[in-house]
Amino acid sequence: MSTILIVVVIVPLLASLTCLMLPRLSDRLSLGTGLVQLITGGLLIQSLASGISHFHELGGWSPGLGIALRADALAGALVLLCAIVSLAATVYARRYFTCVETRYRFWPLWWLLSTAIYALLLSADLFNLYVTLELLGLSAAALCTIGAAKTEALRSALRYLMLGLVGSLLFLAGVSMVYAEYGTLSLMALAGQIAQTPATLVALLLLSSGLLVKCALVPLHFWLPAAHGSAPAPVSAVLSALVVKVAFYLLLRLWFELFSPVMTSLFATLIGGLGAIAVIWGSLRALTAARLKLLAAYSTLSQMGYLFVFIPVLAALPDEETRQLGFGALVLFALSHGIAKAALFLGIGVIQLQVGHDRIDQLAGSAQRFPIAFFAIGLAGVALVGLPPSGAFLAKWSLISNSLLTGQWWWMVVTLTGTLLAAAYFIRVLGAGFVTLGPEAPVKGVGVSLQAPALVLACLATFGLGLGAASLWDVLAMGSAGGQL
Amino acid sequence: MGSSPLLYAVTGALIFGIGLLASLRDEALLARIIAINISGVGVFLMLVSFAYRGFELAPDPIPHALVLTGIVVAVAASGLALALEKRLAELPKSKTHKEDSP
Repeated sequence: MSTILIVVVIVPLLASLTCLMLPRLSDRLSLGTGLVQLITGGLLIQSLASGISHFHELGGWSPGLGIALRADALAGALVLLCAIVSLAATVYARRYFTCVETRYRFWPLWWLLSTAIYALLLSADLFNLYVTLELLGLSAAALCTIGAAKTEALRSALRYLMLGLVGSLLFLAGVSMVYAEYGTLSLMALAGQIAQTPATLVALLLLSSGLLVKCALVPLHFWLPAAHGSAPAPVSAVLSALVVKVAFYLLLRLWFELFSPVMTSLFATLIGGLGAIAVIWGSLRALTAARLKLLAAYSTLSQMGYLFVFIPVLAALPDEETRQLGFGALVLFALSHGIAKAALFLGIGVIQLQVGHDRIDQLAGSAQRFPIAFFAIGLAGVALVGLPPSGAFLAKWSLISNSLLTGQWWWMVVTLTGTLLAAAYFIRVLGAGFVTLGPEAPVKGVGVSLQAPALVLACLATFGLGLGAASLWDVLAMGSAGGQL
Repeated sequence: MGSSPLLYAVTGALIFGIGLLASLRDEALLARIIAINISGVGVFLMLVSFAYRGFELAPDPIPHALVLTGIVVAVAASGLALALEKRLAELPKSKTHKEDSP
């Protein structure tokens, strides 16, 4: 039954290798792979919802020696998010990269990145997590350079790569400290053993700081806007929606499952404080950004900040049940941001491709010329700001009421200020785009497959997640994800 | 842990720290790539020292396997960084226009 875990990881890996060897087939093969991933992701979450938990040891090696894969509800929800976003971005990339040569170089790296994401989500062992983190960083940095002819883009990709390597090394140092202290790296074997020793604290700091670099939490954020703002649109979408999110997923696992005996409320408050700075500062930078993609990248900074603001609120919640609900809100926020941010980047990409730039002060007439893409940007804005009925609205509502419940009203102030600022920077974009230029013939050549993915994702984030949130909570309640909080 | 493995572990930690600091400094890119590799060697030295289980006892094989994997990853990462650097050097020097990136 747990062979589904192998399928999730192996299908993109095989697709990557096949695209490398048979580039002529790669366009069609990629579409097929995206569909297969979506179906597998759906089957995985369905079986998790029926109460089955998945665990598999590759090759039958005993734990600690071989590679083990496992999936709980949290991992399942993120696998489905990755499958949805990467299918949309795949459909989009087939039209976005008009040059065949560029596409031939793009697909193998694209599926390698997917493999790294899925393997990271399902790994049950700290060292495999390190390897998947490195794979993720390398393939993401390489993807940033696809079709890049400007020194600026290459330079930011290089900086992204170097910072990623520093983050992975910190993580590896933490892994080796854990091994020295406990003699095992399996997450399940470690879970019961972690005790408050000096070496454990050092390990926690090393692992956390390595991952915080990859999550771009203030003050380790400086690489993100340049890297996400200069990559090709489908790559930016996946970087912002998924790559930073899976690093955060790993932090959740470490903080709440492994190191929960060592986590103090002071540490949680510190993390929340950094998150709060990220929320405000990222929004302010987005408000003054000159280019649409930079705006979206700074918005990612601030939205990732909210995820960290959840941490001290969750840690202070008194009983198991409310904590589980709060955890569901955190996951809902992550999913909602992932889908909406991907939609935003894909929508911006359409405009950039047709107009040749993405400067906000020269957007006049875009709403007339690209109605579908611009509508998608607007809807994505609704979900990112957190207006009803989006999933982010429910999540922020839960964050605010929980922060009042635990007597930490300052997190509510941060959330409300961040929301107002987000509304301000989106209104700035919409205002610039809705300026009409008089009657103008609609541009030709904007195909449905270039515009539809952004619209589908934006609708999913605004309506799908908001109205279907209850089933997400049910699935999360089945798994152990929130239970161990 | 006896005193000599501890000495190796501490040395490894020092090398890790020195390499990490150097990789974050505003140096030539090649120097930073080498610094990251040095930092990696520090972690590997720590892992190898953790494998020691006592005199006349076989060392723990798992850290060795981890170090081998780590070396492979480090080689691949250095290769990618050097390839990017080469492409950057081959591009015509364009005027760096100011954008509102940090």
